[in-house]
Amino acid sequence: MKLGRVIGRVVCTQKMECFEGLKLLLVQPVDEGGKDAGSPLVAFDVARAGEGDLVMFEAGKEAAQANPNGWFNPADAAILGVVDEVSTGPRRSR
Amino acid sequence: MTLAKVTANVVSTEKHAHYHGRKILVVQPVGPDGKPKGKSMLAVDGVQAGIGDLVLVVDEGGSARAVIGDETAVTIRTAICGIVDRIDVAEDSATAIDIEDR
Repeated sequence: MKLGRVIGRVVCTQKMECFEGLKLLLVQPVDEGGKDAGSPLVAFDVARAGEGDLVMFEAGKEAAQANPNGWFNPADAAILGVVDEVSTGPRRSR
Repeated sequence: MTLAKVTANVVSTEKHAHYHGRKILVVQPVGPDGKPKGKSMLAVDGVQAGIGDLVLVVDEGGSARAVIGDETAVTIRTAICGIVDRIDVAEDSATAIDIEDR
């Protein structure tokens, strides 16, 4: 998975049946510091995310598996969680 | 498998059921010299790793599900499968990583 920020919403009236009822969101990948890391992409959402949320998304064939309408679909990105917090410290002593 | 350093801990309440009860960490891939290489990613922890650890990461679905021991968790693709204690490299190769100073 990767971290991203939801920067918009995508509305499609005409779409494949397997995407019916799914929310499509525009996601800007970011690093753990919140800085942009790459180009925005469209992902479907199963974690009740909204605009401005920091999210974790999966890109690749695993994303399609999260589609509640069945696993055989062409989705290549899915929002699987809303991130509450990313903590970078303290370093663990070993 | 790739070498990576754990840089952060991720807390998430609203998430896919496959991730319930699992620790999610941010890992930054590094080269054998310990320098960052490529973009960071999120990985499910299978070996009780923590921030600052140098770890082994698998970024393939089947391998990741084997690490966490649940083949039904089909949305999981990246997992931490080992904590690196030491890396020995040939003298004429890259410089060894000083694990204590990572």
